[in-house]
Amino acid sequence: MPATVQEELSTEDRFLQAFEGLSDEAKNGTVEAVQGRRRRAIEQFEALGFPTNQLEAYKYTNVAKALRHEYRIAPAEAAPQASTEEVEALLLPDLDAHVVVTVGGRYSEERSDVGALPNGAFVGSFAEGANAHPDVFDAHYGQYADFESEAGDPEQSAMTALNAAFAQDGLFLYVPEDVALDKPVYALHLPSAGDEPLFAQPRHLFVIEENAEARLIEMRRAPEQREHAPGSFTNAVREAYVGAHGHFDHYIVQDEGAGASQHTTFDAYHETESVFDTLTVTLSGDLVRNNLTITPAGEFCESHLNGLYLGSGEMHVDNRTIVEHAAPDCVSNQLYKGILEDDATGVFNGRVHVHRGSQRINAYQSNKNIVLERSAQIYSKPELEIYADDVECSHGSTTGELDEDAIFYLRSRGIPAERARAMLLGAFARDVVESVRSEPLAAWLTDEVGARYGAGQALGVGS
Amino acid sequence: MPLLEIEDLHIGIEDTEILRGVDLNADGGEVHAIMGPNGSGKSTLAKVLAGREEYEVTQGSVHYDGEDLLEMEAEERAQEGVFMAFQYPVELPGVSQQNFLKESVNAVREAQGKEELGAADFIKMVREKSDLVDLDEALTKRSVNEGFSGGEKKRNEIFHLAMLEPRLAILDETDSGLDIDALRIVADGVNQLRDSDRAFVIITHYQRLLNYIEPDYVHAMVDGQIAKTGDKSLAVELEERGYEWLSGDGVAESKASEGNASENGAATEPEEAAVA
Repeated sequence: MPATVQEELSTEDRFLQAFEGLSDEAKNGTVEAVQGRRRRAIEQFEALGFPTNQLEAYKYTNVAKALRHEYRIAPAEAAPQASTEEVEALLLPDLDAHVVVTVGGRYSEERSDVGALPNGAFVGSFAEGANAHPDVFDAHYGQYADFESEAGDPEQSAMTALNAAFAQDGLFLYVPEDVALDKPVYALHLPSAGDEPLFAQPRHLFVIEENAEARLIEMRRAPEQREHAPGSFTNAVREAYVGAHGHFDHYIVQDEGAGASQHTTFDAYHETESVFDTLTVTLSGDLVRNNLTITPAGEFCESHLNGLYLGSGEMHVDNRTIVEHAAPDCVSNQLYKGILEDDATGVFNGRVHVHRGSQRINAYQSNKNIVLERSAQIYSKPELEIYADDVECSHGSTTGELDEDAIFYLRSRGIPAERARAMLLGAFARDVVESVRSEPLAAWLTDEVGARYGAGQALGVGS
Repeated sequence: MPLLEIEDLHIGIEDTEILRGVDLNADGGEVHAIMGPNGSGKSTLAKVLAGREEYEVTQGSVHYDGEDLLEMEAEERAQEGVFMAFQYPVELPGVSQQNFLKESVNAVREAQGKEELGAADFIKMVREKSDLVDLDEALTKRSVNEGFSGGEKKRNEIFHLAMLEPRLAILDETDSGLDIDALRIVADGVNQLRDSDRAFVIITHYQRLLNYIEPDYVHAMVDGQIAKTGDKSLAVELEERGYEWLSGDGVAESKASEGNASENGAATEPEEAAVA
């Protein structure tokens, strides 16, 4: 039963109590791979507690503190609904895709429009997918976002463990060997309507097998009539496996309004000669923390991880990335850019870890920030940890204000100051936006960035 | 009334006076060259005319077409037909030159009551004007100045000038860093843009640009003042003799008579050239 949080209990105790109150589907649903871990997961969470800023990895982002208010720890509701109009309004123009929709963390069969899929592929609900492909779940669920693994960063596993204790639904994407999805998957995540703040824990699993190919665009949006109640929190966990010679593009846009906080964990593991490409765009939110860990485990892998965060108001956005170069001859390329204004705070902590014996790694990491006002803050900490001698790695971080010389140059050509600013901010974001291989998404992002800074639509991509 | 009228202009930055009373009139059809050594204030003058805000005007005035130029924002000046080619053109990664120019040209046209340029006319204009300075058309499609060579950047400035069709064009050391071929191309471009309504103010360190762009007036700027004005022959003289003979408290002959010649070892007699 949904447990209403009581103030007297410690934050962690509320979750322990809610866990003991789980019943039926929330407790026994899905497959052994999921169910069998719940008890160990809650025990681990109990031992670790929510991350506080005592932990180095959470130095600037105190999750525990952000959770001291009241909210409902929600097992996913049976079938929260959104209207067709709401969904249609949030599709991307000109994107022909397999459309999947979740509402309140629950897969919506009614609003999803998956259409025809190639043989053996599955695009849909995590809960259903588990039943349809228990063997895939056995092989992959909890293997990458693995709260039990000693190799895993203990600083990062509390939220993963909490998710594993409650995991019930979300997305499942399965593309078997030698199969390519010729259309992208468009996943729209909507909150359930209501005035009560919720604590939701969606769980997603993406399995792209050997020589398979897929592209997934995830949009977390909260349209006006369906805003998150202030204090809502989502603790999402994603896992991706990309088999040898596979290719997986994953893009996510976080734009859920000022009342919504989220902690996301995304662990991706990819095999020999595969390509994994991911982009995280954060446009709004209260507290947003993203933990992204990529492990290119075979030779000749290519990993691209890009990010764009536009902070305004009181927003706090923290991206932590880890690339585990566990195999030689791989390339990883990382570009995170942020624009911060008002009282917003941005944090970037990227770590590239080249394991012993992982020779001939090319790893690049760059974090660039523009701070528009002195009241906005940025903490940037790129890290390289290298245990091989024949590698080419670089990292860099810059933070600055808008270039006055550039603004003057534009103004001296007749372009008004405000417009000049907008053009330069659009240009700053442009290389991240252009990393997107989906044109409809790139166009949408260009417009979003332009609209944010008053540029209209004149900042064409690619011309 | 001249198009540009500078009267007793004093400019400072952080307590340092850089311009100490500059007078200059320029009218349509005229080419004025301002020459001077490093630190003489000639680039400051260009920047102040273009609208840079970090300089403080402590005295004097600048009128453009009868209006108080110093009261106008930088973008307003551009819209009213003032153009400055930068000494160090700024790289704008991610800002496509096409989009930028389209906006720039149309902002200027709109302010002047002209019709907005349609896509086809714009492309045609880009082709024509980039030809003037032999600018590779591919460069007109890239990010503004990003990855351009020094010469390409300077040519790009003249290309912008051609696109915006200003009434007052200020060239701030456009020749610096150019090899002889690039210099010739830039000069050819400028010469083709000379017209009876347009005034040029060309700021340069060296006389060689003026071999290709023939000025109507040459002004020697020393220590924040125009120490001497003459015709194109003054440029040659300045190249040969340097500026030492003009320096001092604004009166060249006093300095010269104090034995400047012995200081720089110049054998020529300064007196006759120093008549203000």
